[in-house]
Amino acid sequence: MTNATNAMTKTGAGTGQDVDRSEVEPIVAAFQGRQGAIIPLLQEIQRRFGYVPKTAVDVISEKMGVYPVELYGILTFYAQFYLEPRGKHTIKVCQGTACYIMGGKLLLDQLEEDLQVHDGETTEDGQFTLETVACLGCCGMAPVMMVDGDFYGSVKTNILDSILEHYREQDKQ
Amino acid sequence: MEPRNEATMQVLTNVADLDALRASLTGPQDDRPVVALCAGTGCRASGCMKVAEQFEKDLDDMGLTDKVRVVHTGCHGFCEQGPLVVFRLGKDQAVADADGNEHTNVFYPHVKPTRVRKLIEATIEQRHTVDQWLYREPKHNESVVAEQDIPFYKHQHRLVFDLNGQIDPTDIHDYIAKGGYQALAKVLGEQDPEGVIDQVTKSGLRGRGGGGFPTGKKWAECRSAPGSLKYVMCNADEGDPGAFMDRSVLEGNPHQVIEGMIIGSFAIDAHEGYIYVRDEYPLAVLHATIALEQAEKLGLLGDHILGSGHSFRIKVVRGGGAFVCGESTALMASLEGKMGEPRAKYVHTAREGLWGQPSNLNNVETWANIPLIINQGWEAFADLGTEGSKGTKIFSLVGKVQSTGLVEIPMGMSLREIVEDIGGGVATGTVKAVQTGGPSGGCIPEPLLDMPVDFDELTRVGSMMGSGGLIVMDRTTCMVDVARYFVEFLKGESCGKCVPCRSGLGLMHEILERICHGEGKLEDLDTLEEVGQWMSKTSLCALGTSAPNPVLSTLKYFRNEYEAHITEHRCPAGVCQALITYRVVAENCTGCGLCVRVCPTQALKGAPKEVPTLDPDTCIRCGACMEACRFDAIVRE
Repeated sequence: MTNATNAMTKTGAGTGQDVDRSEVEPIVAAFQGRQGAIIPLLQEIQRRFGYVPKTAVDVISEKMGVYPVELYGILTFYAQFYLEPRGKHTIKVCQGTACYIMGGKLLLDQLEEDLQVHDGETTEDGQFTLETVACLGCCGMAPVMMVDGDFYGSVKTNILDSILEHYREQDKQ
Repeated sequence: MEPRNEATMQVLTNVADLDALRASLTGPQDDRPVVALCAGTGCRASGCMKVAEQFEKDLDDMGLTDKVRVVHTGCHGFCEQGPLVVFRLGKDQAVADADGNEHTNVFYPHVKPTRVRKLIEATIEQRHTVDQWLYREPKHNESVVAEQDIPFYKHQHRLVFDLNGQIDPTDIHDYIAKGGYQALAKVLGEQDPEGVIDQVTKSGLRGRGGGGFPTGKKWAECRSAPGSLKYVMCNADEGDPGAFMDRSVLEGNPHQVIEGMIIGSFAIDAHEGYIYVRDEYPLAVLHATIALEQAEKLGLLGDHILGSGHSFRIKVVRGGGAFVCGESTALMASLEGKMGEPRAKYVHTAREGLWGQPSNLNNVETWANIPLIINQGWEAFADLGTEGSKGTKIFSLVGKVQSTGLVEIPMGMSLREIVEDIGGGVATGTVKAVQTGGPSGGCIPEPLLDMPVDFDELTRVGSMMGSGGLIVMDRTTCMVDVARYFVEFLKGESCGKCVPCRSGLGLMHEILERICHGEGKLEDLDTLEEVGQWMSKTSLCALGTSAPNPVLSTLKYFRNEYEAHITEHRCPAGVCQALITYRVVAENCTGCGLCVRVCPTQALKGAPKEVPTLDPDTCIRCGACMEACRFDAIVRE
């Protein structure tokens, strides 16, 4: 909830680089006439583009007969939706109770310092988006963080560098 | 993902077909030694998939591929010891330990790919244990061979979790071979819906998601509600930070949940179902999806299940990441594609729920209990537990305890037994408090730890069962900061629909922030209590009514810590950054210079071999120096 809200107030909803209607229309068509389709449709749009572009909101509004304000209501309600393009890699630092007690906040502070971004922001070079998550469900290995699909458990601040380096190296190859 | 034998994926048209399939799956090939490798999310974070590859490679190199069965199981619960490998051996394959005792079950924690070859050689070829890699229990530092003898497992009573460490969750055959779908066959073949509801009611099962509502009563209400279109749902939107049992069950044994849902749909007469699962649980989404596909292929889902008149289908829906969606009406709004805002429940969802139709929602763990109740009888289930809380409950035992992980215990065990016997106590000596019930639960202080854990007892002391998080805190945990943390979380997750929750949490958060910064006043404590009491009485949904619990319970049991922050400007646990300082202890310092190097703001200065000086004005109190120092030469005050 918070991330999406931040993104909106900071930059205006769904501005920035956008996509072509023709890319969105076939995706929307596949969901037309289905009950409860809006959230799965938005998830599909985001899977395809990495975020939900303004054009997509307009097309969905027209084709599905939903007001844009309702769509933005949904988009800003759920933490999973983004209205801005994302970094190449997403870092999710768990701030669940177990992680908080075991030093998850220190990890977040250190990453904010290292990457020069705040929670919900993307680095200038577009490499990393940093965000917090309420719980990754690996509480036995707190503190935990996740980069894209990879989990890291019992993380200490002094190994953060090597974790980030791993993804930078990967991109070079 | 394909099951091990594609040829046996024929539609089962009746109960006899299912029995025949089960018989064909328990043939001689199952006498092979089994390597059960935990492939749950926790062990994946420790690199278990590399260990799995190594097993495949080494077994192949040694020509043992057909002689050993490697099973990638779901979560075993002991995540901090991962990657976990358990060898399960036949009597004639037993291995000897250093004292010559024979074992058919050998548990190895922290397995690395480089250890795999030696483990196979020792276990399969030389028939002995590798003593230096066995588990060592922290209290007496003695090695333990078998999984069931490890204190963490020994004091548990695993029923719901029983199959998690044994079966491959991506292969329906594994579940069927272990007696899976037998309860469904029994229900469809021999029983009527009322009889099923009656058994569930008599078992005393109460909802495991937090509310503790009697499951049988919920089903009966939904069954009797007018309407031909009814829905059955599984709540896997485990949003409670600190709890992960639903993820582990759905990930490690999805069929048990699905079997429970099919039985429920038969009892309620529903034909459509949903599993609403958190998007942050990718493996659970994947395993549930695979399980549904395989169950459909075998005709365990679809039309005329096992030749009966009952038809039922299930879809997986990924949640959007909102804590409030664990609330039943919010979850249903989310399934309908709307914002997940709760509504007042003057009319129960059992009468008007999803799309206005009678709907029944139960949590993952609740559904997983259903096949057990049918198979073992409600009497056996009701024999376990306390007067008002029957059966077992899975807790996630985490925080400052020596052995962390998922533990399943009979209701009524004391918190002290859980923390001391299963968890091995805390490393720093004494427990300060145990927080239960998720963010809107309460903190239970050490003197109350002998209380039995059940729904009613936890509520009585100002906390709640919630979904089963047990977070252990010691002297280094600040109770004011913990309350502030929970209120901040809940403030972000409050949907904003009702005033008490929206404004109450905002006000509480503002006050707690002030206290943590040493700017609180004593009358703030009265305000917190008053606001909390109003919120519990007047909020719309359970998120709001329970939200003051962390504040009210810490105020009740740890008021002196609040007062220390306010009157002495001191944080006794040394957590609140505005109220602590760091100091270099010259006599312990070796001048290694490590702290100078890690300090992010250059507040620590000093040449090599010299005791560094700390500038309190540039110090941001991050604690990096203290974490880095190996000589206890930096202290927090």
